[in-house]
Amino acid sequence: MIFLKYAVWRFFTMLLTLWVVSILVFVIINLPPGDYLSNQIAELRATGQAEGVAKAEFLRHEYALDQPLWKQYMIWAGIAQGPQGYSGLVQGNFGWSFEFDRPVSEIVGSALWMTVLVNLAAVLFVYLIALPLGVLAAAKSETWVDYSAGFLGYLGLATPNFLLALILFYYGHKYFGLPIGGLMAPELEGYPMSWEKVQSVLLHLIVPTFVIGTAGAAAMMQRLRANMLDELGKPYVETAKAKGLAPARLLVKYPLRMAFNPFVADIGNLLPAMVSGSVLVSVVLGLQTIGPYLLTALKSQDQFLAAFILMFVALLTLIGTMISDMLLVLLDPRIRYGARGT
Amino acid sequence: MSIQPDNRFVDVAPWTDDADHLGPERSDMDVSVARLMWRKFRRHKLALISGLFLAFCYLLLPVAGFIAPYTPNQRDAEHLYAPPQSINFWHQGEFIGPYVYETTGEADLVNFRWVYETDVTSPRKLEFFCEGQPYNLFGLIRSDTHLFCAPEGATVFLWGSDRLGRDVFSRILFGAQLSLTVGLIGITVSFVLGIFFGSIAGYFGGKTDWVINRMIEILRSLPELPLWLALSAAVPSNWSPVAVFFVISIILGILDWPGLARAVRSKFLSLREEEYVKAAEMMGAKPSRVIRKHLLPNFMSHLIASATLSIPAMILGETALSFLGLGLRAPAVSWGVMLNDAQNLASIEIYWWTAIPMLPIIVVVLAFNFLGDGLRASLDPYKT
Repeated sequence: MIFLKYAVWRFFTMLLTLWVVSILVFVIINLPPGDYLSNQIAELRATGQAEGVAKAEFLRHEYALDQPLWKQYMIWAGIAQGPQGYSGLVQGNFGWSFEFDRPVSEIVGSALWMTVLVNLAAVLFVYLIALPLGVLAAAKSETWVDYSAGFLGYLGLATPNFLLALILFYYGHKYFGLPIGGLMAPELEGYPMSWEKVQSVLLHLIVPTFVIGTAGAAAMMQRLRANMLDELGKPYVETAKAKGLAPARLLVKYPLRMAFNPFVADIGNLLPAMVSGSVLVSVVLGLQTIGPYLLTALKSQDQFLAAFILMFVALLTLIGTMISDMLLVLLDPRIRYGARGT
Repeated sequence: MSIQPDNRFVDVAPWTDDADHLGPERSDMDVSVARLMWRKFRRHKLALISGLFLAFCYLLLPVAGFIAPYTPNQRDAEHLYAPPQSINFWHQGEFIGPYVYETTGEADLVNFRWVYETDVTSPRKLEFFCEGQPYNLFGLIRSDTHLFCAPEGATVFLWGSDRLGRDVFSRILFGAQLSLTVGLIGITVSFVLGIFFGSIAGYFGGKTDWVINRMIEILRSLPELPLWLALSAAVPSNWSPVAVFFVISIILGILDWPGLARAVRSKFLSLREEEYVKAAEMMGAKPSRVIRKHLLPNFMSHLIASATLSIPAMILGETALSFLGLGLRAPAVSWGVMLNDAQNLASIEIYWWTAIPMLPIIVVVLAFNFLGDGLRASLDPYKT
């Protein structure tokens, strides 16, 4: 019951955060002077195409771009009446993309799922790599295992994502025959889900997952190692050792459980970094996620598309953080009471 | 050990000065904290080497133009995508000092790539302290003397040349000027903002604390890169490269401060209850004075260590932005701008030297990480 209460409370704080984020996003998107349509109008005027101007002016009015900024925001969010009545984010209308001349929801529809998929795969990868390596590095601290894991970790942190992507792609293709570019074989695009398609997507996911996850895994591994080392020095570990517990069992049973909390809590730091990474890597590798769309939208001031993608990316991280907070409460009952006090 | 007539036990072994050299001695702990920290830091060899390396890099920045044989945007249309040349000393068993061979390029119209032939018969000696294209020494003094340049008719592309026939080695040196300072400016902005918001949140508490804390939480929960992208997309494209550079570094700093602010805040929350703070307040010190003179010096070293660890993120951030075409733009030269040219598979497979700028990035980021770790480990000199 207490957990349910906490979950509800946490959900509402997330909504509140999302609301603030939406204001922030809208302001940032509108920072550059002008907008897509006024740029277009200026261009049409300059080239003397009067009939185009009328259409652009119409769109400008239709999407309330001629209103003051605060009103534009209210209309976009769906809390004020625009030219089409209440029709904004709250009502599930994400706006119109001027660049692609289609509704935003149509453009990003499938890309959203792919984004979620790529990020989920990367998070899984981080945990699968960081957990054993971190524990091993701590258990065998100051041996070659520790040093080589540490070195790999540092290298993972220091290599820019996009370069790693290019290099891995090239060598992955050359030596392992891994596919280049995209998230599935081109001939399968647009077809309904099938076993073949799933296979193709999984094969294409290998390199992106690796690239996006490396930096996160390295950071996570270092933190887990530090936590484990702290725990390993405590008297209860000595007691367990003295009682003759097998080393592997001892490690998993006591110190790991203690060191695990920060590990789960860390997803709040991990997720934003991963989503950042996935945007960049998607652009480099041409994955059909929202990354490339975001870049195009930002470059051409396609504001509704850019704003929606930024909102989505923020939502993704906020949901991830919320889930990790709830997991943490389930894992460690002590935290619940701490969190309620604040 | 022997027993004296009055039943005392006395050790007869000769007493030496270094009898207990492992245990901390009073005189050892009596020097200033800075000295203790230095003693401890010195033991982290990797951190020490990294620190020296970074110092060397930053010292090189103002004289980059002198060391580079070319200027960053100097083109050699005859040598597009020229491979790296080596500097040799011995020619056919005879020592003639540093020299290069002349290369001539030819377009391979079957594979559509440049092929270079090296003429190994005639060695060309390098020139030293020679005249070349003008550059600014220390950013002020106009000069055209270079440490070494190509001999007449030959080229000296130590790390090859790029798509437009520009020397990669020289461009890396010039690129370092922007790439390495981005982190410093960014961290300054982040430092000022972080300390300001963190200290007022921690010192005053209550509503201020609540508001700032929520702000920090929101900023930390957002993915950095899309925000960087959005903010730098707002930089007008007609601004000068220098202005863009400053704005980009400030943007990198603006999104970095929450982490620092959180550290400052949590520290202040506990420190403000200390007696010396109470004493200062009772003597009528204003909050700003208490914060600046009494609280901040307490953990400035911690802040510097964590700042050292944030610089690499900014260097990588600048690289990523420039790589995507939203950061610095040509004619400005930074490592990210250079990599922007190398973002296709051809440059990895055929012209691998165009991807060389990734090496300095990796090395510098690693060095900052090692230095930061070493600093952090040596901050508490009383702990063994």
